[in-house]
Amino acid sequence: MSTMDAPSKGQIKLVHIYPREMSIYGDLGNTRALASRLRWHGYEPVIHRHHPGNDFPTDAHLVLGGGGQDSGQARVEDDLAHNAEVLSALAADGIPMLMICGMYQLFGNAFITVEGDRLPGIGILDVTTQGNAKRMVGPVVLQTAYGDVVGYENHSGSTQLAPGQQPFGAVRSGMGNNGIDATEGAVTGNVFGSYLHGPLLPANPRFADALIKLAVEHALGEPFVPGRIDDEIADQARTRQVRRLVRR
Amino acid sequence: MAAGKAARVASRLRGGGSALPGLVVERVDPAFLTHALADLAHGIVVVTGTNGKTTTTKMLVAILREHGRTVFTNPTGSNFTRGVISSMLAEIPLSGRLEADMAVLELDEAHALKFAAAVKPTHSLLLNVARDQLDRFAEIDHTAKLLAELAERTTIGVVLNIDDSFVSRIAGRVRDGVKVTYFGVDPSIADRLPELQEADVRFADDFTPPAPTAADGLLKPKDDRTFEVRFGGGADGADDVGPLELKQRGLAAMINATAATTTARLLLGNDFRADWAVTALRRVAPPFGRGEVIDADGQPLELVLVKNPVGFTVALGTYGNTPVTTMVAINDNYADGRDVSWLYDVSFESLRDKGVALTSGVRAYDMALRLKYDDVAVAAIEPDLDVALERFLGAYEDEPKRIFCTYTAMMALRRDLAARYGLANFGEEPA
Repeated sequence: MSTMDAPSKGQIKLVHIYPREMSIYGDLGNTRALASRLRWHGYEPVIHRHHPGNDFPTDAHLVLGGGGQDSGQARVEDDLAHNAEVLSALAADGIPMLMICGMYQLFGNAFITVEGDRLPGIGILDVTTQGNAKRMVGPVVLQTAYGDVVGYENHSGSTQLAPGQQPFGAVRSGMGNNGIDATEGAVTGNVFGSYLHGPLLPANPRFADALIKLAVEHALGEPFVPGRIDDEIADQARTRQVRRLVRR
Repeated sequence: MAAGKAARVASRLRGGGSALPGLVVERVDPAFLTHALADLAHGIVVVTGTNGKTTTTKMLVAILREHGRTVFTNPTGSNFTRGVISSMLAEIPLSGRLEADMAVLELDEAHALKFAAAVKPTHSLLLNVARDQLDRFAEIDHTAKLLAELAERTTIGVVLNIDDSFVSRIAGRVRDGVKVTYFGVDPSIADRLPELQEADVRFADDFTPPAPTAADGLLKPKDDRTFEVRFGGGADGADDVGPLELKQRGLAAMINATAATTTARLLLGNDFRADWAVTALRRVAPPFGRGEVIDADGQPLELVLVKNPVGFTVALGTYGNTPVTTMVAINDNYADGRDVSWLYDVSFESLRDKGVALTSGVRAYDMALRLKYDDVAVAAIEPDLDVALERFLGAYEDEPKRIFCTYTAMMALRRDLAARYGLANFGEEPA
């Protein structure tokens, strides 16, 4: 936070897709957290909100999406289908993306409703979600490549990973993708899908900084130079949740 | 007969504002409510919505009583059906039938519908739909659906928030012959609405609210504290109520007063008197923890309940221009909402200049972290509420203070404060 007046190390463009329709559980907090951390690291965040019907910003350095209601999903489906190729190309190019809950499902192959209808996703993540009568709701602890990750899940869809699809984490407490195989979320290249609200990034700064590193290196073509951030409060918030939830 | 008997048996369990006796009766005798309310054919009023139920109910009851009506209500904020039954047991005679002109009941959205399955309300007042306790109701669209179903079961009149499209769109759902009345804000302050409302993305078209008629009440503030409720579509002003000032501060309280006044006018018809409404509203004290001011060793301590993004945003807007030493207490029990994600849908920039003295509650560190991401300095973090309160009162003895707190944190702090300063307890609140 000492770098407020220092010259910017460079501009990073964060694209939050469908903030109006798909950000009901505080997922806006992921964008807030990345913007603050970029500033604290000495970079200049530029936030772009993409709404259905507008041109998709192909110069995105990091793309974020959140959870919504059924009505919100219905509002964005056409625009997402329209931009599926752009998003796939950005993903193939290594642009980091974080898709939570509803947008995680839409980044998969399909969502099968309780009635058996198949709603196609854009297939960047090799996962398929089955609608369920019962909701999976509650606090979650994961073991991930970024250490323990805490959050809160609230979904009725049950997600299956295709063979070979990497999960984001292993469930230490909570339900995860489906409540059965102890996987949570999915990762393909630099595209991350997860059910975790909380929101996910503020209390899990190691993962947040991993996304920032990917974005910075892609945007500026040079190594990420982190600033000094005191994450004591985030670490306390996270470890306290882990202690409450994980029985040893 | 069975119903009366059940009431008598359960009446021995009375007292304390607890929901236990109500729970017993609810189990023993599901027809209890139908029987108890049988004589109130023209005035069974249900008040529901996400924000402002307790305050609005209190205001509506005050106006009706000022007009000489005897009103039964559930004043303790116990807004589940069993809470209503419990408070009824304390007033019910041996016949098992409530003797009052009207019943005005505050019910949460799910229980309002449960209540309506037993007793059809004659009137319902639907305040607003916002994100609240998503782990209980799942989605705001679902909440809107619950309110629409309540409106469908209402027999005489519904009062709707004209500015909240989740609510005003319900107008098309009422039965034939049921009167629709609206309350809302005057066009002159329409720019304040976004802070009070959720985006309604259920429909592709933009929402156009209906044009207000003479029966609809519109809020016209004069300044931070003074306002009028205008009737007659804002025309000649002969029917306006006010100007007046409430004991509770802020735009949300003024909107609640507008909703209560509009509903009272509908219920009372030609008997409604604007000056009596003003007298009643002026006297209404804020309910416990809703902007209540406690005398803490000679300094005011404001206790402000926050339970969802809209509520917290409105509270920060209300108190933002009078910054004082602040504590924020966040729990994550069922009644608070177990998911604290919602804190990230609130902007805390208004606290930046003065900072926050203390965060507390089970999620004290998550609250401090939230503030950090908005560059708001936090002087201390203490999860234990008793310890935190002790420290807060001690360290800032000589200045006005304010605590923003979630529901169970508020209950704990209020109990502590009641013991410390000899205040009334929950369930003993004067009407």
